Amino acid sequence: MSWSSCGSSSICSWSSISYVPHDPPSKLLKRRFTPSIAQPRWKPRRDYSHINRGVSKVFGYYGLKNPPYKLDALEPYLSRRTLEVHWGVHHRGYVEALNKQLEKNDTLYGCTMDELIKVSYNNGNPFIEFNNAAQEAGDMPTLGLLQQIEKDFGSFTNFKEKFIEAALTLFGSGWVWLVLKRDAKCLAIVKTSNAINPLVWNDIPIMSLDVWEHSYYLDYRNDKAKYVNNFMNHLVSWNAAAVRMVRAQAFVNLGEPKIPVA
Amino acid sequence: MALRTLLTRKNLANSPMGMLGLRGLQTFSLPDLPYDYGTLEPAISGDIMQLHHQKHHQAYITNYNKALEQLDDAVAKGDASAVVKLQSAIKFNGGGHVNHSIFWKNLAPIREGGGEPPKSSLGWAIDNHFGSLEVLIQKMNAEGAALQGSGWVWLGVDKEFKRLVVETTANQDPLVTKGPSLVPLLGIDVWEHAYYLQYKNVRPDYLKNIWKVINWKYASEVYEKECP
Repeated sequence: MSWSSCGSSSICSWSSISYVPHDPPSKLLKRRFTPSIAQPRWKPRRDYSHINRGVSKVFGYYGLKNPPYKLDALEPYLSRRTLEVHWGVHHRGYVEALNKQLEKNDTLYGCTMDELIKVSYNNGNPFIEFNNAAQEAGDMPTLGLLQQIEKDFGSFTNFKEKFIEAALTLFGSGWVWLVLKRDAKCLAIVKTSNAINPLVWNDIPIMSLDVWEHSYYLDYRNDKAKYVNNFMNHLVSWNAAAVRMVRAQAFVNLGEPKIPVA
Repeated sequence: MALRTLLTRKNLANSPMGMLGLRGLQTFSLPDLPYDYGTLEPAISGDIMQLHHQKHHQAYITNYNKALEQLDDAVAKGDASAVVKLQSAIKFNGGGHVNHSIFWKNLAPIREGGGEPPKSSLGWAIDNHFGSLEVLIQKMNAEGAALQGSGWVWLGVDKEFKRLVVETTANQDPLVTKGPSLVPLLGIDVWEHAYYLQYKNVRPDYLKNIWKVINWKYASEVYEKECP
């Protein structure tokens, strides 16, 4: 890569983090290499730092991804206002805090999101929630995911009941997850407090529900039960969950598939 | 004979000792607020006060009573694992009841002295220990804002060492869980339900404004009782 090509306004994403700029850079950017865990070491043969002057460092920051649907698409179960605040303010706050921490701490720098979570609790797991709810949600999971749910919980209804029960008996702030456990090789419902992500226990999240009060208070006030029921019946994107399940199965061997005999 | 019939189990329930159940188990009920819901505006909206008192606090009391009943049963049957299993529900709901009961007394409308700084012994103790009331307020606000998730921030007094402390507790843990000799003087609820409708996620604003309706008179009374 020649030095002259990356000057002015190009921001190269040279680590495994996908960079979505949400604030356009206003100054000329100077490349600066920082050794990271996943990247090979680079050492410029000559110092070209005199070429771009008066510039700030480049860091691959996390950006706030838009949810895959319009903010009012989840009405009447979740109002646009709730999504505006939850995504626009809370989630954005988490992302900005995360970026600020990354600024200070070089060793965290080259990690993927997964590694980051394992290394330092309480950092950015909200992004999973927004992948869960989708406009064409509702319905039931299909095929492989449904089979696995039936195998591990007996029936889809039973799973739903257990999930709702877990959500209602969670004291304080937290999340309820459907995870694929790596060791036990089965699906399970897991409760976490505050912003802990089951990745820290080496389990793979398939689906989750935010039961912090801020996620339902504007729409349901104190009626957590109604929120949880509406979520389970109308807001879960089983398509997204199925995608995650398939990806998870690349890491966890769930046994031989049942091939139908003709 | 007549006396006996008068004191049968059924009648006991309707007697002046009505709150005690058959085995002497006391049930709890929602304490009334000594002020109207809307009188703490604009620091805390009437909407929040009503929801907080009538829905949240009531739910803690209802669940606490239920858990106590189940505990009673489990103890009577000698079911040790059920007794242990109920502990978290008792801690949470009982703690919620205890904490909120203190919280209502910690607040007062401005008309009735809310926000008036403490005088006499508590005032001196605060100046001695923290430097000034402003420093104490800043400290409590910082701790309250930094608390992750749900919890409370407390000004308490250690009755053994006669010392003021600022502590935080998670979820509905009462102050005693941080030290058996700690007595709460002031508690500020930083659960999201306490401020979300009005302040959304800006907890620091809520913490800044709540001092306008804090009832220092109550805190002084408790302090003088513990440290005469």
